[in-house]
Amino acid sequence: MSNTELSNEDTKLSHATLPRGAQWLVGVAALALGGLSLVLGMGIVGAVVIGVLGFLIGYPLWALLVENRRSATDKLITGLVWTAFAVAVIPLIWLVYTVVSKGAATLSPEFLTYSMRSVTGDEQGGLYHALIGTLIVTGIAAVISIPIGIMTAIYLIEYGKGNRLAKTITFLVDVMTGIPSIVAGLFAFALFTLLVGPGTRFGFGGGIALSLLMIPTVVRSTEEMLKLVPDDLREAAYALGVPKWRTITKMVLPTAIGGIVTGVVLSISRVIGETAPLLVASGFNPNLNTNAFEDSPMMTVPVFIYTQLSEATEKGVEYAWGGALVLFILVMVLNLIARIVGTIFAPKTGR
Amino acid sequence: MTVAADPGADPGVDTKSELSGRGSMGDVVFRGLAVIAATLIMVALAAVFIFLGIEGIPGFSVDEQNYTGQGSFLGLVVPLLFATIYAAVLALIVAVPFSVAIALFISHYAPRRIATPVAYVIDLLAAVPSVVFGLWGAVVLGRYLVPTHAWLAENMAWLPFFDGQPSGNGRTLFTAAIVLAVMILPIITSICREVFAQTPRLHEEAALALGATRWEMIRYAVFPYARSGMVSAVMLGLGRALGETMALAMIVSPKVLISLFIIGTNNPQTIAAYIAQGYKESTPDRLSVLIATGLVLFAFTFLVNAAARWIVARGRAK
Repeated sequence: MSNTELSNEDTKLSHATLPRGAQWLVGVAALALGGLSLVLGMGIVGAVVIGVLGFLIGYPLWALLVENRRSATDKLITGLVWTAFAVAVIPLIWLVYTVVSKGAATLSPEFLTYSMRSVTGDEQGGLYHALIGTLIVTGIAAVISIPIGIMTAIYLIEYGKGNRLAKTITFLVDVMTGIPSIVAGLFAFALFTLLVGPGTRFGFGGGIALSLLMIPTVVRSTEEMLKLVPDDLREAAYALGVPKWRTITKMVLPTAIGGIVTGVVLSISRVIGETAPLLVASGFNPNLNTNAFEDSPMMTVPVFIYTQLSEATEKGVEYAWGGALVLFILVMVLNLIARIVGTIFAPKTGR
Repeated sequence: MTVAADPGADPGVDTKSELSGRGSMGDVVFRGLAVIAATLIMVALAAVFIFLGIEGIPGFSVDEQNYTGQGSFLGLVVPLLFATIYAAVLALIVAVPFSVAIALFISHYAPRRIATPVAYVIDLLAAVPSVVFGLWGAVVLGRYLVPTHAWLAENMAWLPFFDGQPSGNGRTLFTAAIVLAVMILPIITSICREVFAQTPRLHEEAALALGATRWEMIRYAVFPYARSGMVSAVMLGLGRALGETMALAMIVSPKVLISLFIIGTNNPQTIAAYIAQGYKESTPDRLSVLIATGLVLFAFTFLVNAAARWIVARGRAK
């Protein structure tokens, strides 16, 4: 083998590369391009678009000229992934910003403590009745769903491993997860139309509708947590002669409690913002109603937002934003609680 | 955490049978409770079908005037079903590329310091109630998109989606589809991210060792591995978009019709929005029509979810 062959272009083991920090150079150039188009009278949006396009085209083009096509494709995709991320973040930040800024303007002690009882025109109204209603309806849903959900998960993991009933239940929980929320509301409505009378809308109906949506999430998250409990723990307990139910209540559940509580809180935060089922099953009421079992509609915060928006008055839209902020805070607080609980009871697996 | 079982704490339990591990009262009762809870789920689902059926089936054939001018149940439900699927597919077209890109960003592109908080924020977004999204879309986003509507009608009219008189307030299917896309983005992203992160490390390193660029590594090592997971993520997003009510009910000014045109003042109405907007109805016949359309929606989302599960199961079997 002669040396001339090795020095051939094709067998060279390295090729030309872009200088270090090339992306920053292109970035600065793209920024300049954007600035230039801003000066030339494009809007701020147009300038940003041109700047980003400049980067997305310029950087791969340079790579194509200096390096090769594969490297250029790679650079193009990297640019696209970053751009997609940036573009997707915009509506999210925008949403949070509007809810907080517009909602804060409406939020006041009066707004939180007044109901909409015979409020007309510019009189001060509020969402006290809706807030109480949301707490009651969500509370009912939680009281129904948490025991059923947790016990079902215990059955699936501890008792029914792989038998036919367990397989059926797993499938049904899957089906339940897919129930559109408005169909859950229709179910509660149809149920109480038959049991109580036509057109029944009340708090308990809303609770039933929400529990239908909540049970599958509780089952799923509890199941995952119980699966994480190592079998050694169970076997150690059995070896000591501890009966199965005491093993579950004294060993398995305490080990998994952090994760279970986190899952439960998250599922509450999921249903607390549900609107459609409550619209159908709990209805609309401008007055405070604290009796969930009486045959009269119960207002909730999501329904409050929806009806205030459909009033289409300036005051109505303001109230809707106030309601949105209250709901947003409720959901975020629940998520925060879930996270804190999750860290406090972090799995004690002896790692 | 108490580890040792403490017989003294529970005087009602017979120690002898406790040792045998079987047949103690506690065991029987506890097991019974678990079975009852599991059975309750079956009963609840059966009840959903039975009660929706009892109340809904009469809705297939009631007096003509209850079908909001569509003549028959089929004449009503076909346009509604079309709009439901149409809106969901539009949302998917917007959401899927972004979701996959963000999932890749979190799993493969971003430095860990950025990736963890980004993942957390995206998950948090899944918790934002749909009514808040709807409010934002109806009041804020729609107004900002009015110029976009005008531009699309002027320059893209050769596409059937944009051929016509644009809406002046932005409360159109176009706006609603974008809001829907933002709403389903977190779900698709979080599933895709998990699947991408499960790609065997060795496959990735092998690809890189062979001289693949990062994109080639993703294309030839990550995507083939994650394909079934990605498909099921998209299907789950579709299922969510099909059942989503508030965003459409609050944003769109609707009419029962079949039309591809998405930026005008009359937009095709979806099943869920149709039910939500009819919630004040009180005549039994109208209500059974609403419940019947709800049954159709349930059946359809069930099929989509079943397909998603089937794809996942097939992917796992391979």
